[in-house]
Amino acid sequence: MAIISRGFAGRRSAAEAKLPPGQYLTNDFPVLSAGPTPHIPLDRWEFTIDDGSKVLKRWDWKSFRELPTETITVDIHCVTRWSKLGTSWEGVSLDVLLADVKTDLSYTMFRSYGDYTTNLPLKDVMNKQAWIAFQYDGADLEPEHGGPARLLVPHLYLWKSAKWVKGMTLMPHDKPGFWENLGYNIYGDPWLEQRYSDQ
Amino acid sequence: MTWRSARVIGLRDETATARTLALVVRDWPGHVAGQHVDVRLTAADGYSAVRSYSIASAPSSDGRIEITVERLPSGEVSPYLTQQVMVGDELEVRGPIGGWFVWRPEQLGPIQLVAGGSGIVPLMAMIRSRTSARSSAPFRLLYSVREPGAIFYRDELRALSSQGDSVVVSYAYTRVTPKDWPRPAGRIDAELIASGTWPSNLRPSSYVCGPTSFVEHTTDLLIAAGHDRERIKTERFGATGERK
Repeated sequence: MAIISRGFAGRRSAAEAKLPPGQYLTNDFPVLSAGPTPHIPLDRWEFTIDDGSKVLKRWDWKSFRELPTETITVDIHCVTRWSKLGTSWEGVSLDVLLADVKTDLSYTMFRSYGDYTTNLPLKDVMNKQAWIAFQYDGADLEPEHGGPARLLVPHLYLWKSAKWVKGMTLMPHDKPGFWENLGYNIYGDPWLEQRYSDQ
Repeated sequence: MTWRSARVIGLRDETATARTLALVVRDWPGHVAGQHVDVRLTAADGYSAVRSYSIASAPSSDGRIEITVERLPSGEVSPYLTQQVMVGDELEVRGPIGGWFVWRPEQLGPIQLVAGGSGIVPLMAMIRSRTSARSSAPFRLLYSVREPGAIFYRDELRALSSQGDSVVVSYAYTRVTPKDWPRPAGRIDAELIASGTWPSNLRPSSYVCGPTSFVEHTTDLLIAAGHDRERIKTERFGATGERK
């Protein structure tokens, strides 16, 4: 039973009703990162898919940008409690990147420039659920928001949408990434409010 | 992690818009400097709102913590915490949260703290943790504020700074400087990094906390001054600012 806060009314709006539990709306685009923002020149950027021992796929910026792209309009939810509705991105679907990857491995670890990692079940990045995004709101993705390219997995808390992404490793078992090792939930479903590791 | 009741035992204004709340939390498990807590307010009809606030106080075993809250004009929770809460009120808190942006007394090496505005709060917990643990780790703080009246913990920082073996504090004023200040008002620049922070050859660990643009700008300057990016930890907050 919650303690009632004397004199607290709160602010509610119709839009708040569409949010996952414990989130509030923002029109800003706050940033959560653990360290300095890496600045990655496009001629040194690459994205690889490996299975832990060998590289299965590799793109440089030019070959990556020749892939078919999609415009994605989605709501995003940060574990620090802000949500932003109707954000617009352009990116390459993971379905495109994984099209001719044959694997019986079920988990993935995404890797970033700056050594960030985050884990996801493979099924959560397939079937129109995940993209490598390189534009936000019609403009090239700013470095502080993950540019030149970041993962976008909008159905999970935004820390899963790794900024400055450079690769994906397929794994036989689930294993925690950076924030997942520091007390945050292994999966991170905002609708189940899976913020912390013991939830 | 469970919600715990927290009784407000003290209130202290830091600036015209920021207030420190001293809380006694039931069954508080303890914390490490740099961590934060979730604070939950609940209206009479059951509606609740939760925000995260950095802990300002040093770790202690008596269940007592302090948070410092900056009032945001359009905030939902911060106006309540800075204007309505009274001593004796009960709030709910959950935590501590965060295991990355932390300093522990076992860390013996030089520490560079860089604060923008209310980003000072978790860094103050580190300074206080250093004092309470009687650590002799060399600390420096570069603290950027809009104007002199915006400094949190002013007297405590002055007292620390005037002791010999302690924490060296430098200020940057972005809008208004004190009278006779040697630099014009402005953002931190390479010159201020050179004079107000450890040289990179000492290989300090750096903690940078503030608004996103401040953190981006100052970490770029630290890296340009030769600091290893691996030794820089950051915590950013957006214009909504309710997480610090």
